[in-house]
Amino acid sequence: MAALGLTLTFGQMGVINMANGEFLMVGAYVAYLTQQVITAVDLSIVFALPMAFVVAGLLGLLLEVSVIQWMYQRPLDTLLATVGVSLVLQQLAQDVFGAQGDPVAAPGWLDGRISVFGYEWPHRQLFTIVLALVALGALNAVLKYSSFGRQIRATVQNRQLAETLGVSTRNVDRITFFLGSGLAGVGGVAIALISGTNPTLGTAYIIPAFLVVVVGGVGQLKGTVLAAWAVGVATAFLTDWISGSMAQVIAFALVVIFLTIRPQGLFTVRTRSLA
Amino acid sequence: MTLTTTRSANEPGGGADPAVAPPAHGRRRASPARLLDTYGSLIAIGVIAVVLLVWAPSSLSQFRLDNLGKYCALALASMGIGLAWGRGGMLVLGQGVFFGLGAYAMAMHMKLEAAGPGGVPDFMTLYGDGTMPSWWEPFRSAPFTIFAIVALPAVVSFILGYAIVKRRVKGAYFAILTQAMAVAFATLLIATIKQTGGFNGLNTFSTVFGHNLFDPEVKRNLYRVAAGLVVVFLLVLWQLYRSRYGELLVATRDAEERIRFLGYDPANIKLVAFVIAAVMASIGGAVFVPIAGIISPTNVDASASIMLLAGVALGGRASLFGPVLGAIAVGYGRSTLSETFPTQWTYFLGALFIVVIVLLPGGVASLWPKLRSRWPSPTAETPANGDHDVDRSQPAVPA
Amino acid sequence: MRNRSALRTAAPLIAGLALVASACGGDDEATPSASDAPADTEAGGSAAPAGTAAAGDICVEGDTVKLGFLNSTSGPMAISEQTVRDSLLLAAEEINAAGGILGKQIEPVEEDGQSEPTVFAEKINKLLTEDGVAAVFGGWTSASRKAMLPVVEGANGLLFYPVQYEGLEASPNIYYTGATTNQQIIPAMDFLASEGVETLFLAGSDYVFPRTANKIIKQYAAELGIEIVGEEYVPLDSDDWTTQVAKIAEAQPDFVFNTINGSSNVGFIKAYDEAGLGADNSPIISVSIAEEEAPAMGVDLTGQYAAWNYFQSVDSPENATFIAAFQAKYGADRPTSDPMEAAYTSLYLYKNMVEKAESFCVDAVNASSDGVSFAAPEGLVTINGDNHHIAKTGLIGQINADNQFDIVWSSEGPIEPDPFLEGYSWWDPNQN
Repeated sequence: MAALGLTLTFGQMGVINMANGEFLMVGAYVAYLTQQVITAVDLSIVFALPMAFVVAGLLGLLLEVSVIQWMYQRPLDTLLATVGVSLVLQQLAQDVFGAQGDPVAAPGWLDGRISVFGYEWPHRQLFTIVLALVALGALNAVLKYSSFGRQIRATVQNRQLAETLGVSTRNVDRITFFLGSGLAGVGGVAIALISGTNPTLGTAYIIPAFLVVVVGGVGQLKGTVLAAWAVGVATAFLTDWISGSMAQVIAFALVVIFLTIRPQGLFTVRTRSLA
Repeated sequence: MTLTTTRSANEPGGGADPAVAPPAHGRRRASPARLLDTYGSLIAIGVIAVVLLVWAPSSLSQFRLDNLGKYCALALASMGIGLAWGRGGMLVLGQGVFFGLGAYAMAMHMKLEAAGPGGVPDFMTLYGDGTMPSWWEPFRSAPFTIFAIVALPAVVSFILGYAIVKRRVKGAYFAILTQAMAVAFATLLIATIKQTGGFNGLNTFSTVFGHNLFDPEVKRNLYRVAAGLVVVFLLVLWQLYRSRYGELLVATRDAEERIRFLGYDPANIKLVAFVIAAVMASIGGAVFVPIAGIISPTNVDASASIMLLAGVALGGRASLFGPVLGAIAVGYGRSTLSETFPTQWTYFLGALFIVVIVLLPGGVASLWPKLRSRWPSPTAETPANGDHDVDRSQPAVPA
Repeated sequence: MRNRSALRTAAPLIAGLALVASACGGDDEATPSASDAPADTEAGGSAAPAGTAAAGDICVEGDTVKLGFLNSTSGPMAISEQTVRDSLLLAAEEINAAGGILGKQIEPVEEDGQSEPTVFAEKINKLLTEDGVAAVFGGWTSASRKAMLPVVEGANGLLFYPVQYEGLEASPNIYYTGATTNQQIIPAMDFLASEGVETLFLAGSDYVFPRTANKIIKQYAAELGIEIVGEEYVPLDSDDWTTQVAKIAEAQPDFVFNTINGSSNVGFIKAYDEAGLGADNSPIISVSIAEEEAPAMGVDLTGQYAAWNYFQSVDSPENATFIAAFQAKYGADRPTSDPMEAAYTSLYLYKNMVEKAESFCVDAVNASSDGVSFAAPEGLVTINGDNHHIAKTGLIGQINADNQFDIVWSSEGPIEPDPFLEGYSWWDPNQN
């Protein structure tokens, strides 16, 4: 999920948002807060999802307007500036919610397991998968069929030309950022169900998410999903043989090797630009 | 696209440091301006040398001096980043790896020194079965250790750099790849607890090359080594930036395709910068360990690597002095702010990142030429190279 | 061109080297003033001028005594260490209200360890040599303690370390007020043996404490005839336990011994729950889940076990006073836990040690520390002057519906600390 949000901002806009991990955290805290307000656990998650999307999305928008819009010419600098943003957000979360993590109870209908393909799937995992698929589907539909989606794609492929044709690239930038951050927020709700909330939650996800995006091919939704799946499976497979930490090392090493062999990722957009 | 973006990147870089400017106008003219261009940096290096090597040891307490030594060690790594990123345009997010290679090589040697001849480091008995892996053995020798501190990162960075740069991986991909390296390296260290001390890292040393670490005179000398290396590498970089290679590197950063069309291989040019940067980081790491008395995976992971960048960005990535002063400022700020505001220092750090990067991409160093160009113009009486130029160039002659 | 540039390289290099050399020469006069510098800090002679640090002794002049509180208030460990800071401040406040130590009011100097061993080393150096504190309280991870150890020994200072740890260490400059392995791990194994456990699965974070604890567990299990059916480690910062939990489900052990630390526990417990495992079919005994962590799991833990030396449910007047004071200061919803109690106790133990020695000097305090005791919330604790650990009672608690622990097992009185396990014939440090 985080990777999906990233692929949108990074891929579509060339903006490296290191604060995306913190939008995950924001999403997780939104899930926690809605649970405080709407105490009926079964319902609160249903409210938490759109809430997290909107809150994280708005934060992303704020970030875009206040910081990132000045830096489209300097993609590497956005990386560093957003590192600063993520530091501030983390400390803020710690001051507001306390350093101790807060629990997010899973609704009753997510307990228990179901047997699919001969494997006992916990509902919660299925929920995450379904959530990711729905988000993917929706995103894909928006990008492909809506006029706005066409505008986004046009902007990505040739900003000047799109502008000439009357596309307001400023608006496109803002909305893309909103969508990307919002998706991260929704991802945060899913993570809250798996591991609860804590202020440093985002940092553990951000780098793997970036790698997944790059491996998948920047700006490629299908690539992102495939890469996320491949990295996940590879790590799980390796843990069967060696310790968890070594499996992570090897997974990273494989990614690095893969990227040196095929730096453009699994899928690429063909363009005629020199770079 | 390449052209428009790179031009703006050129601005802070090219303008930040007089040493870059000469190809445009300076080379052949002997004038006060040229003198300043040539010797201004040298004088500044001299000033830094005096401050670090004469003033600091005589007026700082041992604790502050140790800290300054650590900042100097970090500054070495930062200067390397300045070379690779500021001049070479390669955003290296994984310098922690090379910092760590040097640091661990040094730490392994010191650990073996503490264990005594034929002894085994204490932690191997604690966590493992008390036997030492064979690749530790050569680090008993001091000359080998020093050799490894330079050779190890050079080889590793050459292989990695060759794979990455030759494939024309650049920009954000390059940054993320190097960051992944840092993550993998730190995780590897944590996972190999029986060989590298894992999360705890290596610590509890007693001597460095036979000198007692708790002897204040030894400590002061360690500091002198760190500060001296900073000065030496400033000189090396100063020369490098003025050389033909330095110009090629900047040219590659700004218009790689053109350089290729001119018959150079940009990959080789970048590779050299990457390797030098790695070796500098490694030396920084090796100097860091005896002063700090510890090295652990948290000093070499992705966030440590980003902290190194913070200093470079603050000081001015493309300038000669920016990375050094930035690294020292960030290190000092980190120590003192966290002493004064133990819980709020993260805000300062975060805000610093944002403000500097957004408003001052050339770093603090980029203010200098701006000031220089603005200052004389309203007061028409001083011509282009006004009085402060003169009194900066004056002492240059004896030097 | 080539030659000229070679010359250009050489000239500044030589100039630079000359500078370096002259700087070194000029230092002979500079040296004395440098070692004078720290002496003007408030604690006066205490400040162990850096020059003579190794031989110096930290005593206290003036009306107040500075004590350093060094905990991480930022970074991933802040979650745990902030609670220790809170209880240290509470103890300082109480002692000050009761007249201080030897009539001197405590002046806490707070520092942030930033969850980084290197920072801990730097900060304790600052506390001891710059601030001239009489003692430092803090540290949590083994890494932070290992980082502080050479510094505190070099400066001959005092450090009070409040967390249960992996043992195999004793420093003349550190007092360990948390449990060593024979006060937590071994009692837990005794408890499992008394429950008739035959198969055990080990799950831990990938760092020093779990590795060492499991090494001890494996050797003791062999002695007790318990079979280890699996051993899994996951990095400290990783929340993903699904694969490992699947292995547990497959191995079907009688019990799981959990040495996971920090927020990684949440991922483990959730994955455990998802796999359909729970207290009824596959109980866990943990050494890092306390009152503080249990409610943060988001899963009902009722029936699971934990091994500690203190639970909030300990029934004693001292504990009632401690809990009342803590909740009055920080809020009625705040639980109290073992490391918090150990930190609170450490400050009182220090007070008793100083008052017995009638001096703040480190050597004097050390000389008379043996046998100093304190009626702590967990019960009576006594310092062992040889290894600087304290005798504590081993407890096993079972989590109830309120996320409190019902004490189901207790050692027979306080256990004498034995950090190197010298009294256990089955222990062989060189066997893996």
